[in-house]
Amino acid sequence: MTTTAPSAPTNKLGMTKQDYVGSKSTLCAGCGHDSITAQLINAAFESNLEAHMVGKYSGIGCSSKTPAYFFNQAWGFNSVHGRMPAVATGASLANRKLINIGVSGDGDSMSIGIGQLVHMIRRNVPIIYIIEDNGVYGLTKGQFSATADLGSVLKHGSVNELPPIDPCTLAIELGCGFVARSFSGDPKQLNAILKAAMAFNGTCIIDVISPCVTFNNHDDSTKSYKNAKDHDFPLHELGFVQYSELENVEIPAGEAKVVTFPDGSKVSFRAMKEDHDPTDRFGTLKLLHEGIEKGEFLTGLLYVNTAKPTIHDTTHIVDTPLVHLDQAALKPGPEALAECMDALT
Amino acid sequence: MSSSAAASGTAEETKTLVNDFSVEIATVNGSGSQTANSVLMRTIFQMGVPVSGKNLFPSNIAGLPTWFQIRANAKGYVARKHDIDLMICMNPETAKEDVAKLPSGALVIYDEPLKLNELRQDLVFYPVPFQKLVTASCPEPKLHKLVKNMIYVGVAGQSLGLDMEEVKKAISKQLNGKAKAIEINQAAVQAGFEWSAANMPAQTRLKIVRDDKTKGQIIIDGNAACALGAMFAGVQVLAWYPITPASSLSESLIDYADEYRKDPATGKSTFAHVQMEDELASAGAVLGAGWAGARSMTTTSGPGISLMSEMIGLGYFTEIPGVFFNVARTGPSTGLPTRTMQGDVEICAKCSHGDTFHINLYPGNMQECFDFAYMSFDLAERFQTPIFVVTDLDLGMQNWASQPFKYPEGKFDRGKVLGQKELEEIKDWGRYKDVDGDGIPYRTLPGTPGGKGAYFTRGSGHNPMAQYSEKPEDYKQLVDRLRAKYDTAKAWVPKPIVEDTGSKRGILAFGSSDPAVKEARDRMKAEAGMDTSYLRLRALPFTAEVDAFLTSMDAIYVVEQNRDAQMLALLREFYPQFAMKFKSVLHYNGQALDAQTILDQITAFEK
Repeated sequence: MTTTAPSAPTNKLGMTKQDYVGSKSTLCAGCGHDSITAQLINAAFESNLEAHMVGKYSGIGCSSKTPAYFFNQAWGFNSVHGRMPAVATGASLANRKLINIGVSGDGDSMSIGIGQLVHMIRRNVPIIYIIEDNGVYGLTKGQFSATADLGSVLKHGSVNELPPIDPCTLAIELGCGFVARSFSGDPKQLNAILKAAMAFNGTCIIDVISPCVTFNNHDDSTKSYKNAKDHDFPLHELGFVQYSELENVEIPAGEAKVVTFPDGSKVSFRAMKEDHDPTDRFGTLKLLHEGIEKGEFLTGLLYVNTAKPTIHDTTHIVDTPLVHLDQAALKPGPEALAECMDALT
Repeated sequence: MSSSAAASGTAEETKTLVNDFSVEIATVNGSGSQTANSVLMRTIFQMGVPVSGKNLFPSNIAGLPTWFQIRANAKGYVARKHDIDLMICMNPETAKEDVAKLPSGALVIYDEPLKLNELRQDLVFYPVPFQKLVTASCPEPKLHKLVKNMIYVGVAGQSLGLDMEEVKKAISKQLNGKAKAIEINQAAVQAGFEWSAANMPAQTRLKIVRDDKTKGQIIIDGNAACALGAMFAGVQVLAWYPITPASSLSESLIDYADEYRKDPATGKSTFAHVQMEDELASAGAVLGAGWAGARSMTTTSGPGISLMSEMIGLGYFTEIPGVFFNVARTGPSTGLPTRTMQGDVEICAKCSHGDTFHINLYPGNMQECFDFAYMSFDLAERFQTPIFVVTDLDLGMQNWASQPFKYPEGKFDRGKVLGQKELEEIKDWGRYKDVDGDGIPYRTLPGTPGGKGAYFTRGSGHNPMAQYSEKPEDYKQLVDRLRAKYDTAKAWVPKPIVEDTGSKRGILAFGSSDPAVKEARDRMKAEAGMDTSYLRLRALPFTAEVDAFLTSMDAIYVVEQNRDAQMLALLREFYPQFAMKFKSVLHYNGQALDAQTILDQITAFEK
């Protein structure tokens, strides 16, 4: 399976990092989205992700092009604008063993697709849903999106007079079990969040501030590299230890809060800014709202709840992926039809 | 009898119509009349007489007028009858209009205080003291409203000669064995029957006499029949959004699957159903599931199809199987949401932007609702494309008698899917390569191990290797192949039913128009000696049999239930050479099609 030089390091599946790459990006040079793609590749390699089990989904926009740029051995589905959540929902019902990764943008998710996003969260469809958030419609050449901050100025001078929608507070409000925010310029944090998401079973909403170098990276933009760097306040230093690695890594007791995922993996939170409990929903919401008031954007794994039933629980489907069932399991026999007919005579 | 009209009846009006008449019952929506009406219909059915029942209901939960039309006909004509022979007036609000629309000589059973007998002299009126009978037969005042309807079952049943034992059986069946409800309803029917026998003048105009024409038959609606077909086809994912008149298709499927699609060991289901947030999402989930390899479907009506059209175009262009049931209603917009129309012919044929043609199936009866629903999953996977099963409110929600369905034997056709083994043997697989020359490529499913077979699905331009492409030759090749695939489907879809009598005067119809066409043809022959040939279309694309029929006919009457002659527009597009032969027979007032309408229009053309 290895396609690079034999000397390249391999993970537990015998895959090299090269095995997780995709086609060459066609985005603008310096685009924040490419840094996110790079971390997806790193996290997957390090998490021993089975690429052929991955379904990659997207809608329309610059962000939605990126699933072509990672995991060549995975199946990709670039759907229509804002409607990737429903596509992923259908795929996840068909094959509950698929590892779903959705890449969306602030236009795709917070405007045309907000309804689908909301209901995907509500149903808890297992998916890593990344919002590559730059506050602007890049592919249609620079219109404001619904995450653009009040007073934010576009390259051509127009000022946004509408309040932004915050994907993270929205997701927490809806009961999402894994809500994170990061910055494409912080690869270390993003890597830990992505690895934790890969171990999580349920909807993971990850809002990644990802500056648009072409249309929204000037000093008056709140989603520029400079502004993001100046206002990024990591809540904690995240540690992620995959279940299979637990024997080799020890998490120092007392120093950090540890959350154990259903698969046994552990995420440790070492407070940096203030002592935030990522399992406290109301506390997290309060903290985020305070951050918004102060013009800070707080990053990290903001909220975790590992106990929520997923769509596979609430639809009461068999443990075997539906697509693996054969005709004998799917087609009731003649006696069933005879019984139905009898009831109608 | 309260009216002097009886004496003035002509010879024609006093002839006894045995097993051949229509009854309309006017009630108030939400008053429980549906049970009473179903009992009346079922009793006639149980007495061996072919019968149909049509519920004309408002878009309302309770309070607005509703009508139920029963047609009994020994010859099996079960289309709506143009004229009503017996009207049962229970709704004060509509009573005057209900009486006004009747043909001369019709019978009217009515609630005594309405004093309808003063309205017309040419009808036969039977006043019934319903309130008195209700109070006497039912001790519980809160049930009076419901029981009142059962009284007219007893009154009409006695008058028409229904077998009271069969009425009791029908009540038991209709109320699903609930002992207390059965007891109360039977007491009401009995009270009506006894009152009628003792007080109402006997009539000889309309009679039901026991026959044997419904032996072994079932009563079902088209939505339940489609649901059964889908369940036996092994549907794995249902993503839907409620809309009249399609909701009961999904609901029936969920009920049936709950019974027959559970793993006996764990009690868990082999069928996933999700009520989505809207039709856009339903269509998305259908495609996601189909892409991942499941048999997936949705149920909707015209407005839903409009919302789904972007996704359906994506499914067509990226070649993903999925079944879209459209139970059409009267549009456009909200239109008449509880009335019928064949109004979505064109949108289903071409749904979405750009160049699209879809495979459509048009069931014309209950057996076909079942068969075509079953078959649609095979076709969707064989052709890797969205398939439409197009019915309408008349087929979907009304009650129809049918022979019991035959079990669909044989294996599912899962189409061209490559697994790990096949992929290892293939050197240069490409998702959109036309290897077999039939326009149908080979697909793979996510999760296939071995490191081969992964591909990227995109609604933007792509080449045979599934790579992004805006090259002119790639785009043209792609859409030409999709058209070739559509043409391949001609050999796979249900052929039309053709009845060539030798007459060069042809009728072309589809779906729920069939019963009315059959009756109109027989009447045209019997009453005017006018012979016709008949093609009942059952699918798109048009097949070779359609070519042959159109070629051989001198004139073709295209019968359809819409204003714009939508099927005719498709025929003209595919058969411009026959444009001069086509004549349009149209019906579009929200009611089900009747034979008289067809007969009148064809006769006018022939003059």
